[in-house]
This record gives sequence, structure tokens and C-alpha cells, in this order.
Amino acid sequence: MTPLVQLVLARLRSFYREPGAVFWVYGFPLLMVVALGIAFRANPVEKVTVDVQAGPQAEKVRDALITQSTARGLTFDVRIDDEETSRRRLRTGRTDLVVLVSADGSYQYILDRSRAESRLARTAAHEALQRAAGRTDPVPTLADQEMTEPGSRYIDFLVPGLVGMGLMGGGLWGVGFAIVDMRIRKLLKRFVATPMRRSDFLLGIMISRLVFMIPEVVVILIFARLFFGVVVAGSTGAVLVLILVGAFTFAGLGLVVACRAKTLETASGLMNLTMLPMWLLSGIFFSPDRFPQAVQPLIKLLPLTPLIEGLRAVMLEGASLASQGLHIVILLAWGAATFAVGIKLFRWN
Amino acid sequence: MPRLSDKGPRTRDGPRPKNEGPRTRRVRYAVRVLAIRCANLVKTYAAKPPVEAVRGLDLSVERGECFGLLGPNGAGKTTTIEIIEGLLDATSGEVEVLGMRWGRQDNDIRQRIGISLQETKLSDKLSVRETLTLFRSFYRQGITPDEAIARVSLEEKADVWVGKLSGGQQQRLAVACALVGNPEVLFLDEPTTGLDPQARRQLWDIIRSFREQGRAVLLTTHYMDEAERLCDRVAVVDHGKVIALGSPRALIASLGGEHVVDITLNNETRGADTAIDMARILRETPAVTAVRQEVDHFALSVTEPHLALPAILERLRQNQLELASLTTRHASLEDVFVTLTGRHLRDEAAS
Repeated sequence: MTPLVQLVLARLRSFYREPGAVFWVYGFPLLMVVALGIAFRANPVEKVTVDVQAGPQAEKVRDALITQSTARGLTFDVRIDDEETSRRRLRTGRTDLVVLVSADGSYQYILDRSRAESRLARTAAHEALQRAAGRTDPVPTLADQEMTEPGSRYIDFLVPGLVGMGLMGGGLWGVGFAIVDMRIRKLLKRFVATPMRRSDFLLGIMISRLVFMIPEVVVILIFARLFFGVVVAGSTGAVLVLILVGAFTFAGLGLVVACRAKTLETASGLMNLTMLPMWLLSGIFFSPDRFPQAVQPLIKLLPLTPLIEGLRAVMLEGASLASQGLHIVILLAWGAATFAVGIKLFRWN
Repeated sequence: MPRLSDKGPRTRDGPRPKNEGPRTRRVRYAVRVLAIRCANLVKTYAAKPPVEAVRGLDLSVERGECFGLLGPNGAGKTTTIEIIEGLLDATSGEVEVLGMRWGRQDNDIRQRIGISLQETKLSDKLSVRETLTLFRSFYRQGITPDEAIARVSLEEKADVWVGKLSGGQQQRLAVACALVGNPEVLFLDEPTTGLDPQARRQLWDIIRSFREQGRAVLLTTHYMDEAERLCDRVAVVDHGKVIALGSPRALIASLGGEHVVDITLNNETRGADTAIDMARILRETPAVTAVRQEVDHFALSVTEPHLALPAILERLRQNQLELASLTTRHASLEDVFVTLTGRHLRDEAAS
């Protein structure tokens, strides 16, 4: 059989016989989907913790909050305590809001503005207390309508991000780690001592990476579909093209990271350094639009950003592959550049 | 055929002239091509100060010959063999493998040589057969993976993962990877380092049977017994130079006697003057050809022990010297090395 086929087979065998590697590539992204899916699942009833300052009015305030809560789609968990204890509970995040009641019956709220739950608690508690005291809305408001159809929830937003993250991690670790490991074992040097063509070797690593990637992505997509009802709005073919291009790009980055590294420590340091800015900026968990305008062009050029944006456009909005041309061009440019540099600088001995 | 064609460039596969003369010459030409030839090889590693690993080394290895580079750690053996294998560039000097040069015919050379490096760790999760199938795929021609497995007697381990093999079995697999391309020259860098005696003997047998097919072996070792038993010729290397060259037997014979008598004296009251005296007295003893002294230990090269021993004992008695120990043994390449350098082969600190 040809050397290329044998090299790919050898890589596939070494990978699938290493339980640790299989877990990190396939199990870990799946666990992320499960954990985040559960954490951000649409809560039917939101719970708000409120501490009320102990005093003659405290019982009345608590009853007011509890009666009002069920009507608003959230429940208050009320606790009566002295001010000192309540402030400490707020500081340590165990309560969302402290309500102080003065002798003349007026309320004062203590809250932490940097916490979303705390701001929500203030608004909800204020409204509940005012209604209990007899306030009526000047404009009538009908019951809220909730958006729950697939394609618009956080889990829908998250899955393309996690697919992108998996492709990045898999490419860098799968290619980089394998190469550095073979260099440390002097296996690269041993291969160079045979008539093996060096291009066959690098191509073999690439092809095996693309083969590993397919089950990796398929597992996440099937799981997300079965458990969270996440569907692909656009064409499967477009998704496939994007993940292939993405896998190629990150394999190229893995090659650059590993082209000179002599130890696994150096390689893993370089890999984390490469991945960190993309974890933070490329929109895996939240939209990169939140970052300042000045850094937006930079964020758009990081390879993970166009991949995730392209996947989101196709999966959530049903965009066509053609509309993602720019994203694909950026990815291919990264892939080609990293390959050229990686091969040029590659150290066999 | 006109004489003119005789002077033309001859290639191995060129048209063969019909008359007798050039044909004979062609055969002689094929025989004359050495397996390995290197001349004035120099390798200097850039560092402060520069490290001169190889300093003007010449050697030639015939086909059908097992040639050993023997020397202490750091003598430049690995650097030399890796230059010849085409894995390192020489700073200067000439290298030819099977009459071809690196830089011009790399792939042709690699197709015809087999290499086992020092300390290669093959992939743990591949089986013996899978590893050999992979290596076989790199060569245009060669033996089948199963034949290679049989050559190194790993039939029972053919489907076992490399990571589960013992050190000796892994080393045999490394040699099998070198054999699978059916090479004409085999390079082995420290093939038996760290192996138990039985595993070493198994490897020696594999190397011997390869050489018996008329092919060349170049190996490095710092085991003198390995060089003595396995190699047809040995180059003793020290500080990047060949300091002695010849068959193990000839090198040992150059000491002046095949036997060595080791004497340790049990007398510390005697001064240095007496000790020097003693070396001279021993040298003048019948059948003793050379004396090497290390403090109160003397190693005597002896041609005929049955003549030398009574005479030595007599001299000691005359000088009222007590023996702490006396042993006799066959001279070894270790003695050659110590005689040439004043150091021991395995003496790590000296290298």
C-alpha cells in the first residue's frame, strides 16, 4: 500500500487506541454542550433572593413580596435578618437584594449593580412592593409572550460556538501534540532516515486530522439535536464545507506551533497562547460585538471568528454558502499561510 | 569494441560491450565500490567554544564486512554515523555510501540502506506488524513485514503493541525496521546498549546473519566484547579521531601478547622509587612484553603465561613484595584503548 495510506492509518490507529486523546477530542466538547445547555436552559420560574431588615414591618414586607411573586413569573425567596448579616450576605453573593424598612414605612434598597441578578431583584421587588401598596399601571399590559422556538435560544447560539471551539482545540492539539510527541521520540528523525517523502508525512497528518474531525462535529450536532432540539436551518453541505475549511486552518496553526517545539511543555504553552485570545474574543459564548469598536477589525481577522460567524449564519439563519465567501477566504488565507510557514520552519531532527 | 568506449563514462546499468575486456572491468568496478567511504570528515558544532565532535576521520567499509566504531561516550561515534547516514551535514570532508554522495542521490541512498538510531521510540499503540508495514511502504522494494518479523524472531509478538514489548524486543523491532527495505548497508547506533546479555546475543545473531549475505554493517558501540565478537574490523575512536584500526585480533596482538596478568601489590610501605623500579623489573621478566602501571596495580602483557608466571612470582619474592591479587585473562580491546589513551572505555568522567 502507498506510504500516504499507511501514514494515515498509523495516525488513526495511534489516536483511537489512546483513550485519553479520544476523551479530550470527543468527550470534552460534548460535556461542554451538556453543562452549558443545562445551565442556560430556559428557566420556567426565576428565583430571586431578597433579605428584609428585621423590624416591626418585616413580616408585612415579606408577605407582600410572596403574594405578588407568583403573578410575575418569578418567586421571591425572602429572609428576615438584621442589617449587618444581610449586608454580609449580599457581599458574598448569597442574597441578591437587601430591603431596609424605615420607621416611617419607606423602603430603601441595597444592591450590587455589577450583578445582573441584583439589578433584576431590585426592579422586581420594587414593583411587587409598590403593587402590594396599591399602585396600578396607568397603561394596561397583557401577559408576556415568550420566545421559545428553536433557532433563537441561547443553546442555539452556543452550539456553533462550541463546534468552532472543538475544531480549534482538535486542530491545535491533534496536529501539534502528535508532531511534538514524534519529535521527542525521535520518530521524525527515524522517518527522515527512510526514503519516505516528507510531503507524504505532513499530508498524512492533515488527512487524519480531517478524518478525526467528522465524528467530533457529528457527535455534537446529533447530541444537541436530540437533547436540546437544535436544528440546522441552512444546508448540511454548507456546514460541512465550513468545518472542513476550519479544520484545515487549525491544523495549519497546529503545524506552526509544533514546527520547532522540542518539548511538550513548550508546545502546550504555545497552543494555549494561540487559543486564549480566540476563546475570549471570537464569540464562542457571547457575541464579539460587545467588545470596543476599535478592536473589532482585529477580532474579525482571528481565524475562529469567521468560522463561528459562518457556522451561526448557516445554522441559525439558513444563510447560503456563497454569502459566507469572505469568511471562507479569511480562513483559507490563514490555512495557506500557516502551512507555508510551518513547512518552511519544520525541524525534523 | 574500439578502445575509445573504454574511457567513456560507465554506469551500472549502461550498455555492456560485447568483448571480454570491458566486461571484466565492469565486474571489477562493481566489486571495488565500497559500502562506505569517508575521508577527512570534520564536524564542528557552533557553540562557545565550538565543539569539535569529529576531527579528520577516515574510514572505509567493504561489502560483506561488519565494521565497528568503538570508543567511549562522547568520542564522536554517533556524530560520525549520523553524517554517513545523511542525517547530519559534515562541516567538511567527503562521504560516499555505495559510491553515491549525499545531496545528489539522497533518495537512491536511502532506498538501499537500513538504519537503527540510538533511542528511537516507535509508536506504542501500533503492533509489530503494523509498524513494519508502515516502514515497508516507504521503500520501492524489500522483504515482507512477516519476513522481517521472522528475521528478528518476533513471530509470537507480531500482533502485540510496541509499548508492550520488552527493551530487547523493541530493539529487535528497530532492527527489523532497518531490514524491511532489504538494505545493502545496515547502520546500527549502539544497538545493544541497556540490553540484558541474552537479548544482546540475539541481536548479534541477527547482525551476523545479515553480514553473511555479503552485506555491510557499520555499528557503534562502547562495549569492547561486542566489538571483539561481532566485528571483522574495528576503528577505535577517541576525541573525534581514529586512533587504531584493524581486526580485533590484530589490534590485540599489537599489544605484544595475547594474555594479560594483573597484579596488585599489598605493600604501601614501599616508596614511589621502588614502584618505578618494580615496573622496570617486571618488564625485564621473560615472556612479558609490556607493563602498564596504575599506582600499585600492574597489567602485564604476556606471550606465554606458563613461562611468565613463575618468573614474576620469583621477582616479587626477591624484592620482598606481597601480592594482594593476581589474575590472568585474555587481552581485550579495552587493553588496546587503555594502552593508547591511558583511559578506560567505560570511564564516563574521562570522556
